[in-house]
Amino acid sequence: MELLDVGLKEVSSAIDHISKMASPPPQTGLSLMEQHIHHEQLGGHLPTRLKGLDEALCGGIPFGVLTELVGPAGIGKTQFCLKLSVLASLPSSFGGLDGQVVYIDVEFKFSSKRLIEIGAKSFPQVFSMKGMAQEMAGRILVLRPHSLSEFTESLQQIKVSLLTQQVKLLVIDSMAALASGESEQGVPTQNSLGWHISFLKSVAEFSRVPIVVTNQVRSQSSDETCLYTFQGGRSKDTNDASRYDSHLVAALGIHWAHSVTIRLILESKSGSRFIKVAKSPMSPPLVFPFHISSSGISLLDDHGVELVGPDISRIHNQGHSEIINFCR
Amino acid sequence: MEVGRLPISATQKGKLISAGYTSLSSLSSLSPSLLSRDLSITETEALVIIKHASRGGSPSRSPAINGAQTAWEMLHEEELFTRITTSSADLDNILGGGISCKEVTEIGGIPGIGKTQIGIQLAVNVQIPVDCRGLGGKAIYIDTEGSFMVERVLQIAKACAEEMSANYDFSRNGLPSGQVLMQPQDFLENIICYRVCSYTEQIALVNSLDKIICAHREVKIVIIDSITFHFRQDFDDMALRTRLLSGMALKLMKLAKKFSLAVVLLNQAANKYTEGSLQLSLALGDSWSHACTNRIILYWNGNERYAYIDKSPSLRSRSAPYAVTSSGIRNLVSDSKRMKMM
Repeated sequence: MELLDVGLKEVSSAIDHISKMASPPPQTGLSLMEQHIHHEQLGGHLPTRLKGLDEALCGGIPFGVLTELVGPAGIGKTQFCLKLSVLASLPSSFGGLDGQVVYIDVEFKFSSKRLIEIGAKSFPQVFSMKGMAQEMAGRILVLRPHSLSEFTESLQQIKVSLLTQQVKLLVIDSMAALASGESEQGVPTQNSLGWHISFLKSVAEFSRVPIVVTNQVRSQSSDETCLYTFQGGRSKDTNDASRYDSHLVAALGIHWAHSVTIRLILESKSGSRFIKVAKSPMSPPLVFPFHISSSGISLLDDHGVELVGPDISRIHNQGHSEIINFCR
Repeated sequence: MEVGRLPISATQKGKLISAGYTSLSSLSSLSPSLLSRDLSITETEALVIIKHASRGGSPSRSPAINGAQTAWEMLHEEELFTRITTSSADLDNILGGGISCKEVTEIGGIPGIGKTQIGIQLAVNVQIPVDCRGLGGKAIYIDTEGSFMVERVLQIAKACAEEMSANYDFSRNGLPSGQVLMQPQDFLENIICYRVCSYTEQIALVNSLDKIICAHREVKIVIIDSITFHFRQDFDDMALRTRLLSGMALKLMKLAKKFSLAVVLLNQAANKYTEGSLQLSLALGDSWSHACTNRIILYWNGNERYAYIDKSPSLRSRSAPYAVTSSGIRNLVSDSKRMKMM
């Protein structure tokens, strides 16, 4: 009141008016359903062609939200991203989104040779047609930002093409590398990403485009696992040796973990690789074994095992056969 | 000075004081034309000032007896409070029957524990018709994170509709048995969703909720998922954040009391240092923990999900297990009955 030199009534009505203008518009759940499921391409999901995973995720990678792929090095995150890029660029007659893909490659892991190989092996009928390989590969735009600020700039530019629906998939590989580039200690901190997380989520929401982000892992000693105050201290009879075991957790902290809508953990255990649906509002906590082949990723078993308890969020890296190493 | 508390602009206050009108009694028997001449303001402005003065000063200064209720009256009111079931009998038990209307409840936990699931379940359960011992109301779902997935709501709504039809005593009301009482689409239609993308939008929306609910009187629950997200980043001025948050909490409490609806706030977990060690707690700091009436923390206990009543004026601090199934939140089934898929 003092600032504007007007009475209380005027201030209240001004606040009401501003609030009304600034509030987002309402939508009923029904109209949301109509929009998403009935009117969007492929029912609002990008199918991954991994039958078990697609069923678990009600159709595939959902539009409009952040999906995170996290796992130790060499497990297959980039392979998954390459496969998704191919799938998004396919014409609709073959079940793709028929659009462009923006691939933000921070760690120089993008291999176009591998991309074409995946495309050719998975969809030979498309890629054998003359000029199709060039057309498909031409739809995938690769950006290589050197720093977080460059990334921000590119995001602003991409925003327009995302909103006009030319770009149908955004892949960021990897988020942790972007964040660690900025901080002095080399440990990705959550605060530096705050604005980017909000921006990505709101862009995803408005453009209804799936955004896939990969994340790294870091070690955490057992001592650091947290409990709430009312849970009391850890029980004294745990073996002392196990206290010094380190286990893997996803990088970027708990705030990032809350921000992503779907978290898929890729891990290796007893020589095989598994993909786990660790966080998803619409799926049970399932684990699928998978392997990498020339046509990308494929599930070894479409019936996932349902994991009970917090184990679904733990990441194991117990060694796997064939480290992936494709030369650029 | 009493004049200083009138809800008028600063220049008018200044004019009043410099003209010698320091107390409200000096204004009460004045005519507008006299005042306008004295202060060199228009007659309408003078009329407004005198109206405010005769009302007894600032509206917040109400006499001690007006507006107060005796505890006995409140007890009767409290017994009529309806509660919204969470679909898990164990959880309802520790909550005294369910989430209570007229109160602000905060539910928090680590990612993946089921906060959004509980939010969606409550948004569906509030719509259970009065015949089936529900409230038959609508829900407002404020989504700040984008976790409101329509497919999941449809799953939960279908399961709820099926259970309702299965348990409904059709013969009592003379209806043919096996009828579906509510279609899943009807459930979806009664959930009004807002997608909030910044903290300014969040504050604006909470400000406008009063008008919105006046227009939609059937709304019986407001769920904010999550209240933390936009306040956890990019806030350089922590004092401002605390002020904004407490302002929001106050408005929500008033809303709950005024319209007798339940307000459920979903909060995230954060690490904080207490007594030299890192511990888990809910985000937004210590000042926020005073803002809500009830506080429920969801956590993992071994392989099972538990809910713990951390803070409540009328409920004991207890834990209860619950499970998240494809039909929504349900009671936890013990290990021996659980089927292993493999």
